[in-house]
Amino acid sequence: MTVAVPPIEIEDLHKSFGVLEVLRGVDLSVTTGEVICIIGPSGSGKSTLLRCVNLLEVPSAGRVLIEGYDITDPETDVDEVRAKIGMVFQQFNLFPHLTVLKNLTIAQRKVLGRSSDEAISVAEAMLSRVGLADKRDEYPIRLSGGQQQRVAIARSLCMNPDMMLFDEPTSALDPELIGEVLDVMRALADEGMTMLVVTHEMGFAKQVADRVLFIDEGVIQEQGPPREVLENPKSERTRRFLRAVEH
Amino acid sequence: MRRAEIRRRVIYVATGILLVVLAFTVDWQQVQQSFFQPDIIKAMFPDVVLIGAKNTIIYTTLAFSFGLVLALILALMKRSTIRPYRWFATGYIELFRGLPALITIILVAFGLPLALGIRIPGGTLGKGTLGLGLVAGAYMAETIRAGVEAVPRGQMEAARSLGMPKGTAMTYIILPQAFRIIIPPLTNELVLLIKDTSLLFVIGTTPLSKELTKFARDFMTSTQNATPLTVVAFMYLLITLPLTFLVQRLERKAGKGR
Repeated sequence: MTVAVPPIEIEDLHKSFGVLEVLRGVDLSVTTGEVICIIGPSGSGKSTLLRCVNLLEVPSAGRVLIEGYDITDPETDVDEVRAKIGMVFQQFNLFPHLTVLKNLTIAQRKVLGRSSDEAISVAEAMLSRVGLADKRDEYPIRLSGGQQQRVAIARSLCMNPDMMLFDEPTSALDPELIGEVLDVMRALADEGMTMLVVTHEMGFAKQVADRVLFIDEGVIQEQGPPREVLENPKSERTRRFLRAVEH
Repeated sequence: MRRAEIRRRVIYVATGILLVVLAFTVDWQQVQQSFFQPDIIKAMFPDVVLIGAKNTIIYTTLAFSFGLVLALILALMKRSTIRPYRWFATGYIELFRGLPALITIILVAFGLPLALGIRIPGGTLGKGTLGLGLVAGAYMAETIRAGVEAVPRGQMEAARSLGMPKGTAMTYIILPQAFRIIIPPLTNELVLLIKDTSLLFVIGTTPLSKELTKFARDFMTSTQNATPLTVVAFMYLLITLPLTFLVQRLERKAGKGR
């Protein structure tokens, strides 16, 4: 990309559900190719932050800029912006009534207007990338959790996203299936994809992240390179959380 | 022996005795005379099929198609973010579920022309299917809405995240899954509708537009015998049973993705 504008820029983001204020003023600027891991206790607002970036949740206040476009502006074409942002969910959310191949081609055809042939060839390329080329004609139910999540990543990649959001991508997986999903994500990071990852995998954060954010009570409590935040946390809150996660 | 076992045996024996008593007391000659007269059965064919069954199937198909489209629109309106849409859908559904189907049919056939000067074209076919469809639409709207709500929320979120507009996501992701879920209750609606076509007699049908029940009633009047009832009862089963079988197969096929 030639643009110098940050892919994601968040300014004083607030989000409330009724009287519950989940996000209380988050500022964040993500640079191209940066991998950011977001950690924090459950209910701290990390998933909500991620979901505000592609407007699955509408912010109560503040601005979210995607490649310079304010997506909270009612004039913005949300669908166009969303197509640039890949999203991977904890529960995979594959379309159960469609085969793996159709899962990967449907949005290409209906959103990007690609021809059937083109969509299929892109889909096949992405399936090989996540190591599942032989599963193209299966229904999602026939796949393991790890395979389903890899298909979900491939489905996002088919849209040529400029950035990817991962919302606890391995939290619903059996322990032995986590590795295969993290491998795919690591490869993506190595290729320079801009990534926001909400995760509990501290090992992954340590190895892959350029920056780690610790969120608690709706604000970023601490951020910095993984080494600093994870091994030498400044705040007592972060220290307590990391201790709790380790055991 | 356990008490449940004893109770079951008592029921078997009692039922057996009842059947034997029935078999000896009932005048089988009389039953055959009233319900199974071969001459009358013969006289009913082929018209019971070519007119009665044919019309029943046509009325059902049209009313169901119209009702399904109407129901889909109502279900989406009921889930709309636009409040007046929701009000309209709720009002419509409550009204037409509350009224007896017979009243709705009479209203469409006679009320509308009287009150508003609107003539529904197509005779029995037009008025009948419109009336039945209006009622079926109200019932099926709730079924479809329940189906849409049974699809996990993450499906819509995943579709929207891929950049699909709401309508596209509804059409290609949510509704196909919703319809798989509601095949059994929709079949139920269809079977009910088949039987409800018998209400169309109130419109006053011409010899060629009679459905099964009207056909049987007219035959009963002219023959002073109940055999026509038996015949159309079988005709109804002949329509509904294969349908149930077909839907079961469809359901199994659709279940593959789940």
